[in-house]
Amino acid sequence: MKPIATTRSATGIPTGRLAVWWVMASEIVIFGGLLAAYVMHRLGHPEWSNQAIHTNTWLGALNTLVLLTSSLFAVLAHQAAEHGEGRKAARLLLATAGGALVFLVVKSFEWSHEIAAGYTLTSNTFWSFYYTAAGLHAVHVIAGLVIMLVVAADAAKNRELQRVELIGLYWHFVDIVWIFLFPLLYIAK
Amino acid sequence: MSASAPAGTDSSAPHGHPEEGFFRKYLWSTDHKIIAMQYLLTGMAMALIGGFTVYAFRMQVAFPGESVPGFGQVTPGAYNALVTSHGTVMIFWVAMPVLIAAFGNYLIPLMIGCDDMVFPRLNRLSYQIFLLSAVVFIATFFVDGGAFGGAWTAYPPLSTKPEYSLTPLGAPLWLIAVALEFVAFLIGGINFVTTVMNSRAPGMKMFDVPIVVWMIIAASILFMASIGPLIAGAMMMLMDQLAGTHFYDPTQGGDPVLWQHLFWFFGHPEVYVVLFPALGIVAEVITVFARKKLFAYKTVLYTAIGTCVLSFFVWAHHQFVAGIDPRMANVFSVTTLLISVPIAEMLFVFIATLYGGSIRLATPMLWALAFLVEFLLGGVTGIFLGASAADIYFHDTYFVVAHFHYTFFPIAFIAVFAGLTYWFPKMFGRMMNETLGKIHFWGTVIPFNFIFIPLFITGASGDHRRIYNYNHFPDLARPELQDLRVLATVALVVLLAFQLVFLVNFFWSMRKGRKAEANPWKANTLEWAAASPPPHGNFAELPTVYRGPYEYSVPDRPDDYWPQHMPG
Amino acid sequence: MLTRYVEAASSYAQDIDGLITLITVLVGFWFLVAQAVLFGLIFRFRAKQGVKAQYISGEEKSQKRWVTIPHMLVLVCDVFIIVGAVRVWTDVKQTLPPADHTVRIVSQQWAWTFIQPGPDGKLDTEDDIKTIDELHVKEGATYHFQLLSRDVLHSFSVPAFRLKQDAVPGRLITGWFKPTRPGAYDIQCAEICGIGHGIMAARLFVETPEEHQKWMEKLSPVARAPTPQAEAEQENTPPAEGASAGAGAE
Ligand code: HEA
Ligand code: HEA
Ligand code: CUA
Ligand SMILES: [Cu+2]
Repeated sequence: MKPIATTRSATGIPTGRLAVWWVMASEIVIFGGLLAAYVMHRLGHPEWSNQAIHTNTWLGALNTLVLLTSSLFAVLAHQAAEHGEGRKAARLLLATAGGALVFLVVKSFEWSHEIAAGYTLTSNTFWSFYYTAAGLHAVHVIAGLVIMLVVAADAAKNRELQRVELIGLYWHFVDIVWIFLFPLLYIAK
Repeated sequence: MSASAPAGTDSSAPHGHPEEGFFRKYLWSTDHKIIAMQYLLTGMAMALIGGFTVYAFRMQVAFPGESVPGFGQVTPGAYNALVTSHGTVMIFWVAMPVLIAAFGNYLIPLMIGCDDMVFPRLNRLSYQIFLLSAVVFIATFFVDGGAFGGAWTAYPPLSTKPEYSLTPLGAPLWLIAVALEFVAFLIGGINFVTTVMNSRAPGMKMFDVPIVVWMIIAASILFMASIGPLIAGAMMMLMDQLAGTHFYDPTQGGDPVLWQHLFWFFGHPEVYVVLFPALGIVAEVITVFARKKLFAYKTVLYTAIGTCVLSFFVWAHHQFVAGIDPRMANVFSVTTLLISVPIAEMLFVFIATLYGGSIRLATPMLWALAFLVEFLLGGVTGIFLGASAADIYFHDTYFVVAHFHYTFFPIAFIAVFAGLTYWFPKMFGRMMNETLGKIHFWGTVIPFNFIFIPLFITGASGDHRRIYNYNHFPDLARPELQDLRVLATVALVVLLAFQLVFLVNFFWSMRKGRKAEANPWKANTLEWAAASPPPHGNFAELPTVYRGPYEYSVPDRPDDYWPQHMPG
Repeated sequence: MLTRYVEAASSYAQDIDGLITLITVLVGFWFLVAQAVLFGLIFRFRAKQGVKAQYISGEEKSQKRWVTIPHMLVLVCDVFIIVGAVRVWTDVKQTLPPADHTVRIVSQQWAWTFIQPGPDGKLDTEDDIKTIDELHVKEGATYHFQLLSRDVLHSFSVPAFRLKQDAVPGRLITGWFKPTRPGAYDIQCAEICGIGHGIMAARLFVETPEEHQKWMEKLSPVARAPTPQAEAEQENTPPAEGASAGAGAE
């Protein structure tokens, strides 16, 4: 049973959406801090570009594409949910989750190659940042994936349809973080 | 989780509801009031740890080398661990949970007139993570190598390399505990902010929200906005400690000063995170006991916002002599001094509120006024430190220590006592004992000044911080300085003894105190419209708001108060 | 003001003391006024039978003046303090007057090594003079210091000089001081650096030029047999606890 507090909306914005925005705001400063630290280091160490050339830009680009596509599915899922089509929303969410999965598979392929080539977490501070930033992002992808499955399971039964939008918002955020990571880690060489 | 539940939770039980078991009602509850009590009691239990550690290390400073009764010999390593634990506990496990989480959880739904937080289960999760963080923190005392001793600021490389810190397990566990605490407060903060934005009672407009609620919200947002970089920094530090990275290791391309920036970018806003709720409590108590409308309500809000914004641009005043570019110091000196303007204005507003009042010096009011008296000294001594050139001398001396205790103690204890004695009747349906309350008040405020005034003097004489025995420094070993150190320690012991009066009063009144009416102080805000103590769901009938919270002594009305929910 | 508590023995100590006095006066004034008003109001407006409190919103201009004017004045005081602080700071930390001598200060867990040039006046030569936990300097000469750390953060602090500077591993930080009063003073480590932080003391001797000359001659490696300090240096072992070299030499 929900408290009456949850059903009120003095701002006119649904409570769930408001909360997700605040979650995103607090996540932005976490990634912001990490990336700012990285950028400061990077400016102080021009020689890191010799390390950065060993990142695989093509796989990074592929993953960017994968995430963008999955975000598209999240938008479509939201639309379906708006129209009350729970089953369709669930299917589209599964497609989004599939994108997340592909992303993770590509990522682990990439990492295992880099590690095999001797570029590990500790080989140099560039690689430390590389694995930390991408790793933190990957954790968010995994979390998103799990939540998406839960939401999809509910949506398939036409329950809690407003959550489809919320997980979509979160997913766009994860996507945008990657859009920052990609040029900073892969393209700047 | 039941095993580690805070001691004394059970004694807060007024009378058991037959339909809910003890476990569901008190340990697994989603009721914001129960969660507030859990935070409060955990905070009080941690205050005992914070108090015990300070007792042990102050005794060592006053009587170096002698065995401390109840603790034993304080070795140099133990001294550092005690100081570090004291600072960490007091800020992260006493001030934060009591001021923000306990008061926030208790007051927000009641004062904005709704039945609970918007996400009650998230609220419970926040407390559980917090409790876990406290347990992890306490565990650091018992691991191999002992508790972390690198100061609450945890500057690397001391904190990242076990060969330097000699606490291979204590350091990472300490960091994990602090990080968990951050997560708990992030979750809690999101809940608070969303609740206040969306769930206010019908009719309650922005400027009808009581100041204390505003202040807790401002603090939550400030916390959220400043903690992110430190969470990232803590992750990097943990990886330096455990995974062998070199983010902060200068010999391998890292930068130790980076941590300082990340830490203080959070650390300075953090002091206002705890200050704001305290100011909020003081505002509520002063208006009620002076029967006065708050002087310039909107000004208080604007100055709070001004302080929040400025607080993001002052962090490097902790690093004037840390090896940053000296030209930067000038910038940060300017911003630091500017921050005195909004805070001064806020204090002036509170003082001005007293003008024309009808002041009753009940215990809560004594605490609230004492807050202003003591905090003023803490505030103005900050100016000495903010002036870059003067800070060359004062940095890392006891002058700094005295400065921040004159701010922190009023915040974490004096304001908290004001709040607890004021809302006690609401929380437990009974009144606290006034005589014991006054004894406790004088027995706390007087010794408090005797602890830290002497420490201003030793600081000005050159005593630097985190030293277990000043005899190694010929200029500091002077007997007249040692006398001051002994005075401070004795005053501390006296202060600690008087806290027993509080604990007795608190727990005795909870069961045996005089029964309280719903609105014993004749206050306006909505929590007093509920029964004392409020049942699950808070209000028999959810209130509608007709006016602002501070309509006291309105002319041409028979009563000198006019509750927010009263029509007409 | 500060000299009541601690001696002033460097050229810029007075400047810093002057700034501190300025702050004390400005801030002290406000502190006292605020306390006086606070206590005054508490006594004046104690609850009396039958007297109702006044209703003042504080939102009108004529009322708000009571806080806005003081806060403007506080701002003016801030400006004075800032100007003072920046001027002194620029002198002490931002400019480097030409040096008569240079001394290298190496901090480590938990000892200070001071390296001064020998008779040839250059560092990093054969005749450098190394001392541990004691630093001898000449009255009236301007010194540059090069501050280094071998392990963690330390802070080179000489209260009598009003000098403090953190040592950061991986960086060389340069600063200056000019001793003006002969005597022996504490050198402290002012940044926590592990369990020995509390014993990381050293002693600073400000000597007259003649005394200093004598000391140089005694220690100049050309003529010297290895001193106990130099040996300790080579083995890189910090001195035993409590062996504050300065105290012994007094
Ligand atoms: C809640 C706690 C709290 C609060 C509110 C403050 C408030 C302030 N602090 Fe403090 N501070 C700490 C907690 C706090 N501080 C802690 C914990 C540390 C040390 C951390 C560590 O190293 O371990 C510290 C350290 C610290 C330093 C670093 C010292 C050093 O290590 O070298 C500085 C330097 O600028 C500083 C400045 C200030 C200033 C300018 C304010 C201002 O906000 C104060 C503003 C208030 C007033 C000024 C009073 C009211 C005004 C008047 C009565 C008008 C008259 C005033 C003027 C004319 C200017 N503080
Ligand atoms: C909120 C913050 C806070 C509070 C309240 C205190 C309280 C006290 N502190 Fe602390 N202190 C710090 C934060 C705080 N401190 C920090 C951050 C540091 C720096 C650490 C570092 O260097 O790393 C520090 C360091 C520090 C030092 C410097 C040590 C050193 O550098 O060597 C000293 C020395 O005297 C000291 C003394 C005291 C004393 C005497 C009290 C007394 O006021 C304590 C009184 C204790 C109690 C009153 C507790 C018991 C009370 C109850 C059980 C009542 C019920 C409780 C509730 C209702 C909540 N503290
Ligand atoms: Cu070296 Cu403290
Ligand atoms: Cu600060």
